[in-house]
Amino acid sequence: MKLKKNIATSEAGFVFNPATGDSFVANPLAADIIGQLKAGHEAAAIQADLLDRYEVSASQLRRDFDDLLTQLAHYHLLDEAA
Amino acid sequence: MPPAARRPLTVALTGLNATDSPGAGVAVARALRESPDYEVRLIGLSYEALEPGIYLRDLFQKTYQLPYPAAGSAALLERLTYIQTQEKLDVIIPNFDAELPLFGRLEPSLRALGIRLLVPTLAQLDARDKLNLSAFGVAHGLPVPATQVVHHLGGLAAAATALGWPLVLKGRWYEAQVVHTLAQAEGAFAQLQARWGLPLLAQRFVAGQELNVAGLADGRGHCLSAVPMRKLTITDKGKAWAGITIEDERLTALAHHFARASQWRGGFELELLRTPAGELFVLEINPRFPAWVYLTAAAGHNQPAALLRLALGEAVEPFGEVAVGKMFVRCAWDLVADYGDFQQIAGLGEL
Repeated sequence: MKLKKNIATSEAGFVFNPATGDSFVANPLAADIIGQLKAGHEAAAIQADLLDRYEVSASQLRRDFDDLLTQLAHYHLLDEAA
Repeated sequence: MPPAARRPLTVALTGLNATDSPGAGVAVARALRESPDYEVRLIGLSYEALEPGIYLRDLFQKTYQLPYPAAGSAALLERLTYIQTQEKLDVIIPNFDAELPLFGRLEPSLRALGIRLLVPTLAQLDARDKLNLSAFGVAHGLPVPATQVVHHLGGLAAAATALGWPLVLKGRWYEAQVVHTLAQAEGAFAQLQARWGLPLLAQRFVAGQELNVAGLADGRGHCLSAVPMRKLTITDKGKAWAGITIEDERLTALAHHFARASQWRGGFELELLRTPAGELFVLEINPRFPAWVYLTAAAGHNQPAALLRLALGEAVEPFGEVAVGKMFVRCAWDLVADYGDFQQIAGLGEL
């Protein structure tokens, strides 16, 4: 699952979709994940990284991660073809 | 090598009504001041003594009142002939829909006075007119929501049967209301008829996101610039109070398609709607620059400055990529003037 190439992100957590003009504010953890998606990291690698850095169970992380991806897809931020 | 000096040019503009339902004149003026080619001296042309642009004295060196379009082309030519003796205009950019047919008819006379224009032809104006847009869409493959012309109150029921509820009832020139029942439609009919006359238009209601494209075409089928914008804040009159440039090839392609199909000459604006399913519809085509056209300069496509070159018969290459993410936020700003200024423009017709 990849972020669309033209999506602009900032360190402050702003996400801008230039195709629609929509902008969003992500919390720090979501911004971290979006940043990794933008860098081309695979979902499994991102989850492994988060498991290393946070005290969270694998099942809880997977649920929350999937929930974030669902939201990103809903807002047309993910590359459907990838 | 130092940059070439900008050549002096005197340009007159209408549309100084920078109000809550703004004309484009002030935005065009700001864009012209940033022309890379010309050091533009700006002359305002107004219809009302309280058009805000008149009092932007740093922008417009002088403003002249014009006769209302209803006075006809002879009265307009007489007034412009006088203004020409005073100001030696090189180009006029009209920014009101209602005056464009007059300026179009006067183009040869104005050229004889030394004034250049770049306005759509009467046939082009007619083709994209609200009354004809649906047929234009069918003829040229532009997606326009199904529309019926309503000449009398009794026609509403038939339009609703054909289009379904809700539908959008539109005034001949401005305003639209979404109506859900025949009773609502009859009420809206009375209001819109009183303001704008007949006929009205009934259009199938389409829900979605409002998008606009400001464009410039050379009259030979080439769209030289298309800048898509999404409205971020809308006033109760449906006007954009804030907006942002976006990138969407389908919007740009629509602008090119329109310019090619109509052989459009001058500035234009596509008012579009994108449904949640991604369908695009053309709601209206305005035959001049929009009030937000200064954003095109910020996005690297200074359309008014390019129009000047076209009007003067100079070559203009198509612009490159639009700078995406450029925003405008309109500002309510009180201009302060002396009463003497108001008397001067209201009484003597020039300031």
